[in-house]
This record gives sequence, structure tokens and C-alpha cells, in this order.
Amino acid sequence: MKEITSMTALDLGGHIKAKNISVTEAVKAQIEIIKKREPLFNSYITVLEEEAYSQAEEVQKRIDDGELSWSPLAGVPMAVKDNICTKNIKTTSASKMLANYVPTYDATVVSKLKEAGAIIIGKTNMDEFAMGSSSETSYFGPTKNPWNEKHVPGGSSGGSAAAVAGEEAFYSLGTDTGGSIRQPAAYCGITGIKPTYGTVSRYGLIAYASSLDTIGTLGRNVSDCVASLEIISGHDPLDGSSVEKSSYSYTKSLIDDVKGMKIGIPRDYMGDGLDDDIRKSTLEAIEIFRRRGAIVEECDLSYMEYAIPAYYAISCSEASSNLSRYDGVRYGYRTDEYDDIQDLYMNSRSEGLGMEVKRRLMIGGLVLSSDYYEAYYHKAIKIRRLIQESYMKAFESYDLLIGPTTPKSAPAINDSSSDSQKRKLSGMYSSSINLAGLPAVSIPCGIDKSGLPIGLQLIGNHFEENNIIRAAYTFESEMGGRIRNEKI
Amino acid sequence: MKKYETVIGLEVHATLATKSKAFCSCSTEFGGEPNTRCCPICTGMPGALPVLNKQVVDYAIAAGLALNCTITKECKFDRKNYFYPDLPKSYQISQLYYPLCRNGSIEIESSEGRKLIGIHEIHMEEDAGKLIHDPTENSTLVDYNRSGIPLLEIVSEPDMRSKEEAIAYLKKLRLILQYLGISNCKMAEGSYRADINLSVRLKGEAKLGTRTEMKNMNSFKAIARAIEEEEKRQIDLLENGKSVVQETRRWDDSKNTSFSMRTKEDASDYRYFPEPDIPPIEISDQWLHIIRERQPELRDEKMARYEKEYDIPTYDAAIITESKFMAQLFEDTVALGSNPKEVANWLIIDLLRLLREEEMDIDEVSFTPSHLCELIEMIEEGTINRTIAKEVFEKMFKDKVDPKEYVENQGLSMVSDSEVIRSEVKKVFADNEKSVSDYKNGKTKAMGFLVGQTMKAMKGKADPSLVNMIVKEMLMN
Repeated sequence: MKEITSMTALDLGGHIKAKNISVTEAVKAQIEIIKKREPLFNSYITVLEEEAYSQAEEVQKRIDDGELSWSPLAGVPMAVKDNICTKNIKTTSASKMLANYVPTYDATVVSKLKEAGAIIIGKTNMDEFAMGSSSETSYFGPTKNPWNEKHVPGGSSGGSAAAVAGEEAFYSLGTDTGGSIRQPAAYCGITGIKPTYGTVSRYGLIAYASSLDTIGTLGRNVSDCVASLEIISGHDPLDGSSVEKSSYSYTKSLIDDVKGMKIGIPRDYMGDGLDDDIRKSTLEAIEIFRRRGAIVEECDLSYMEYAIPAYYAISCSEASSNLSRYDGVRYGYRTDEYDDIQDLYMNSRSEGLGMEVKRRLMIGGLVLSSDYYEAYYHKAIKIRRLIQESYMKAFESYDLLIGPTTPKSAPAINDSSSDSQKRKLSGMYSSSINLAGLPAVSIPCGIDKSGLPIGLQLIGNHFEENNIIRAAYTFESEMGGRIRNEKI
Repeated sequence: MKKYETVIGLEVHATLATKSKAFCSCSTEFGGEPNTRCCPICTGMPGALPVLNKQVVDYAIAAGLALNCTITKECKFDRKNYFYPDLPKSYQISQLYYPLCRNGSIEIESSEGRKLIGIHEIHMEEDAGKLIHDPTENSTLVDYNRSGIPLLEIVSEPDMRSKEEAIAYLKKLRLILQYLGISNCKMAEGSYRADINLSVRLKGEAKLGTRTEMKNMNSFKAIARAIEEEEKRQIDLLENGKSVVQETRRWDDSKNTSFSMRTKEDASDYRYFPEPDIPPIEISDQWLHIIRERQPELRDEKMARYEKEYDIPTYDAAIITESKFMAQLFEDTVALGSNPKEVANWLIIDLLRLLREEEMDIDEVSFTPSHLCELIEMIEEGTINRTIAKEVFEKMFKDKVDPKEYVENQGLSMVSDSEVIRSEVKKVFADNEKSVSDYKNGKTKAMGFLVGQTMKAMKGKADPSLVNMIVKEMLMN
């Protein structure tokens, strides 16, 4: 038997079911690794050691009583991004504003995980309020990339990606507003899936941009990602934007075959600014699909160059409203210095929110102000519709689209330099998908010359997760399972 | 005569009488211990999401149909952003761009006759919490029980020209909402409140003058006074060559004057934008059809029916239908077999008098239709006379007594045993010999006195017609 913590989540789940490993043993192994690696990686804001052990006993009993035979991940330790509410457990969104905030309720996804016997081992680090793509804006310090601790893990779900890549968790929940699951998954050499907007309930997710925010999963392979996605998906009466579908079964699409599938490569995706190694890996991946019988051809999308400005106008606008509730009145950080209510608001927010968050809130406030609403917000909404239509048109001809997840591998910490071409590309890969509400998965497809992993992105039509899952699974089989990080 | 014309538009906020709040399942009941009727959603906890209560839309559609509005086929909610401690999310879910109802009207009647007042729009929104200032502690507390309770905002066109028209509009609108059963419109509890937009202009002028706004007025008396004072204030300004400033003013009813709160310049920008958490609501023809089928009989229809079906005067029908509660009481009592005119009289004369004396609202009445029916039956059967009946009615009203039991227990039944009356008359004759001889000498008026003395001696419980008969008979002998 392999060492516990290097197993996949489903393997461990199987061993627990077969009584080869007890839940407590799994938790113990996981906690040991976390204790060893946390000082270096800082993947977690909160580690739930005591809670995990008591959960372990409870879940073991439910397994022994036969209550959890339906759940393939029962007893497996996992991590939850710290912008997802956990009852009686601190949920900070990596902000000073909520550094001591303890929710009174569980997010719907957390209730579903508990029902399935998941062991929540900790709450992962992230960019403050999910605003960022490097996990450096966290009030609790940056997370390091387990492939090379001088590099960022990406973000905003950087802690969730690093925890899985660094074997500090078997799988994790992340959130994706503009690439925040797929980009860190690519940077950390793991698989990350963002389902169609409306598939997973947002109830209990601390909102950044409500019309874009999507909860998804990160795992060591496609099967882990898909099995956990299946647990958290489903219609939720507590979320008005949650969609009622007849089936949320994704594991049935873990099929090693893409014969006859029509795959489009958007020409724009492969444009200037794309790193050579990544271009090469992407083209190799495309060849693999061709070899396996898929029909792959180039295609065109439109308005992709406007994805970034539209994304910022919309996400910052929604954020400026969503984050207004952090006013120091009912919960969260409150300044010591105030004479009247205006002071209380201003000082609490000035002191409690970080720079990046404030920058985005100010942009949002401006975009929504009556003088600029038509020029910025309204225009962004129109662009969003055009981008959506452009994707819809592509899906009339293709089952899925393929391209890189990021134009470059993980940058070094404190290196925020990025040229405008790269920014445009990453906006295309990440935000345009959220603007259109589409499902997408990032899977590892190689390693660049600096030894950092590369991600391949597969994009599907609304509620057609099954196509991207099938393609990802086939590709992963071709690659011989997950790519190994020799350091770990 | 009058040089100026007043132009008034009203924005009414009516609390919808849904069981649960607009976006969560908390109770909407008035009062309660502070912060006991709230949850993560209506207190704006991180991560909580609003989910629309469909009944809010049902009620709003009902109002729109009753007020002859066009119903928006795809309506949306918007966020109105501003910071205030009673507003837990720091935004109010409201409707700006696609309100549910538009272009309606109400017909009002005032001393100047009938007139159609336009309804600009009706939209749905949520109420805020309540701030409670504690002067001893120099602190402010917040109660979020009211936070998230659904409201309708009904915005009129600036079609009213006097305080009489404004009050007539408000009363008519309130009655419609009450009849629909979608709001109890209790002004004292703040569930029916109005903002007054008022401007003045020279008669004949087509352009509107600069308007001011007075917010959250919650009594008809205060509204009438505020309109009167604001007209005067604006005319004075114009007469003295000054101009009216566009501003929000606060009416202080105790001082009978208003104060400037904020001018247009420092009005906040609410940064409205579409609420991303609540998908657009499609109002299908079928939905409209269902609501239309469910619409109850409104006041005007009811009045007409009463005149026809129950043969009661227009005046009576108007008074009875002025409150849905009284109309219900009337109909239920008549349904038990009482004579409609008789029931109308009890309600219009006796009940309204008691309500005035006790300063009570009609919906605080606690006697039942069957009590009133029994009372009327006892009069018709001759068990009690009208004087006694009035006493019993007052007891029913104040002490919730059962009329039959009360009459029995108090021994109030009429005496109709002629022997008992005869012996009582004998005594009265003996004590009033002069009156008896007066009568015999042709002063017929003396008989009335003797009848009265007999009734008094019998504490009003005798059958008056029988007493009359016996006195006459004994005088003749």
C-alpha cells in the first residue's frame, strides 16, 4: 500500500470503505503532513485538527453503520476555501475585516460535504475576498507554490490548489470568479473544475461578484475532481440563481474515449504573448486528441479582447455593492477611533480592507455612479452578452473548446509584472468563461523549462460538463495519470 | 381669486401582509422582542442570499391590476446602495429599471367632484430595520425584525391640486389595498406611509414649479397640515421674489412646521444596478389570469351590490364599505338572517359612536356577527326593548358579553305579564293622583307622564306598548 497522503481521494475512500485504513488514521496522516509543510507553504488560514479528529470518529461510525455506502469520499480529509461559510468555524475571506468572523450557519456545499462524510481538515488561504490571482493579497500572508516556493500558487484559490498539490489535502473546494480555480490548478499541476454557473449553490459563499462567482473543486486527478463535484452539485432553494437539472451525475462521463468529438481551438487563444513551452504543450495535447479520434479544428471567437475590461467593470461593480455590508456595525472589524457613524464606516473600512480590495471597490463605485453607468456598466453588460453569443455560436459546431489555461507558468512571488498581451490572453482564458457562465476544467499537460507545471483548459457549453470531463479523463489516461512533483 | 395652484404627487409605502419576509422565511409579524425575527439573510450575514417570496409578486400584481396598471412581463430587481445602520446589506433590494406595474389610475371623489389620478408605477422593495436611540446611554441600538419585510411603493403622477384631493387619494388607495387583503395599512404601525412631493405655480402656467419632498408621513391629519404649511411656505417665498429650493424636508407635527434635511446637491448617488442574486421574473399570462380570478370584490362593486341586494340607502352602503372589516361584519350578520337595514343601523349609529368614544379602530371590534344577530332577534321577538338593547350592545362591545346570557343573567327580559304591569300602574296612579285627575279633566298629555313613570318604576324592562295600553285602559275606567 502507498503512503496514505500520496493516494488519490477516491483510492483513500476505497481503502476506508474496505477497512484497510480507518478515518482517524487518514486524518492523523494528513495532520502530520500539514504540520510539516505549513510553515513553508502557508496553504491554510485555519487548520481544524481537533475538529477533524472528532469528525473522524463520527464519520467512521456512519461508515460502519452502512450509512455512507453511497459516498465514495466518506472519511477523506479535504480543504475548504476560506470564503465559504462553515458553522462555528472562523471564515475570514483572508481579510482583516473578517479575521475573527465565525458564521452561524454552513454554506450549502459544506452541508453537502458533511452529509457525504467528508472530513474538513482546514480552511485554505486565498486572495483577500478572492480579489487577485496570486494569493498574495491575503491578510494572513502569501501561500507558496509547492513546486517551487519562490513562486506563487496562483489565485485566488491558491491555498486550495497548493494544499492539494502539496498533499496537505486530498481534494479541496475553490471558487472561480474570473479563473480563480483553473489558474491556480494550472500553476500547481493539479486538476480544477469550474462547473456551469448555477450548478453549485452559492449559499454561504462570501460574495465577490455574484453573477460570476462559481464554486468548484480541485483534485489530484480528474476522477477526484468529478467525484467531489458530484457531491456539491444540485439545485438549492436557498440560491435563486441555482438551476434545477434532472441529473447531476458526472462520474458516468469518466470515459476513456473521445472518438468523433468535435473540438475547436479558438485562434485568439493561441495569439501573441503565449509562452513558447505552453504553446508547445498545448499543441502536443491537441495532437493526442486527434490521435484518439477527435476532430480538432481552428475556430474563431469575437470580442475576446474586451473580456478583461468587461470583467473588471462588472466584477468591481458587484463587489462594491456586495462588500458594502462590511461596515463595522454588526460583525467584523470595527475601528477604535470614531466620533460618529460616518467615521465608524470610513475608519473601519479603511483599516479593515486591503489595498487591492479598496482599489476594486473604488473602481466599482465609479462604474456604477450615475454619471458613468451608461458609459461603463451598461457597455460592459452589452459586451458580456456579445461574448456569450460568440461562445454559443462556437458550440453550435463544437462539443468543446481547447486552449491553454494560462499564457505563462506561475510567476515568482512579488513579481507582478505582466505585459498587456499576456493580460489580454489570461482575460480570454479565464474571465471570458465566467462572463459566459460556461463550465471549464484545467488539467496538467506538461512542465516548462523552469520546472513549473502547465495547464490545459477544456471549455464546454452550458451544463455540458460531461463533454469536458470525458475529454479530460481521456487526456489524463494518455498522460499516464497525474504529473508528479518530485519535491513532494 | 387664488393666484397659485398647488401640484402634489404622492409616493406611498405599504407593508405587504405576507406571512414571511420578502427574501427569507422569517415571520413578518409586527413587534416581537428585538432581533428575534431575523436570520442570516435579513441581517446581511456574509454569504447569505435572498430568495424571492412569490407571494410578494402575487400581491404586487393584485395591486397593479386593481389600480389599472400595465404589468411588466419581465420584471427585475435592482440594488439601491447606501450606508445606514438599519440597512444590514448596505443596499436595499428594490426596483428601478423594470418596476412591476406602470401607468395605472385611481378615481377619487372630493368636494371638487370626481377625478382620475394617475399611477406612475408600483414597485416591490424591502423594508429596513429600526433604530432605537437610547438617550441615557447615548447609544443607538438596531432591531432587524422589520428588515426584509416586503413593501409596495406606489408612485402617483403629480395630479393632485389640493390637500383634499391628496387625502381622498390616500384614503381610496388604502381602501383598495385593504380590500385586496394585501396590506393592513395601519398608519400607526407605519405599514402605510406617504412621501409628499409638492410644488406651486401660477395658475395657467404649464411648467411645474420646483418641488420639495416630505418623507414618511403617517397620519392623515399630519399630511393635511404639512401640505397646507408647505403651500404657504412656497407661495411666501415666490411672493417675496425668492425661489423654492429642491430639497427633502422633515415635517415636525408637534411644531406644525417643516425643516430642510438635505438639498438636491448633497443627495446621494444610489448607484442602482440590477440585483444579480435574483433572476428576472417572468410574469406569464397564466400567472396574471390566476391573480385576476382571485381578485376579491372591491369597494365600489360592493357598495353597488349592497344597494341592490340588501336594499339599503347609498349613504349606509358607503359608510359600511368604508372599511372592509365593517363590510364583512355586515355581510356575515345579514347572512345569519338579520334584517339588513337593522344591521346597518346598529353598525352606522351605535358602533361608530362607540368607536369614536373609545378611540378605537374598527378592526379592534371583538363581538361576533352571531352576537349582533342574537341581539336583533331579541328585539324582534320582544324579549328586550330598544333601550335595553343599546345597553346590551355596549356591553357586547366593551366586555365581549354574550347578549343572550347577559340579558338572562341580568334579568333584563321585558315584562309582558299584564297583571304585573297593572299592579305597577295602580301604584303609579296612587302616587300621582293629580295627573290622573288632569287626564280626566281633558289634559291628555298627562297620560304620557304616567306611562313614563310606570316604565321608570319597572326599570325600563316593561313592554312599552303593553304599558301604554294598560295605562289608557285604566284611565278610561
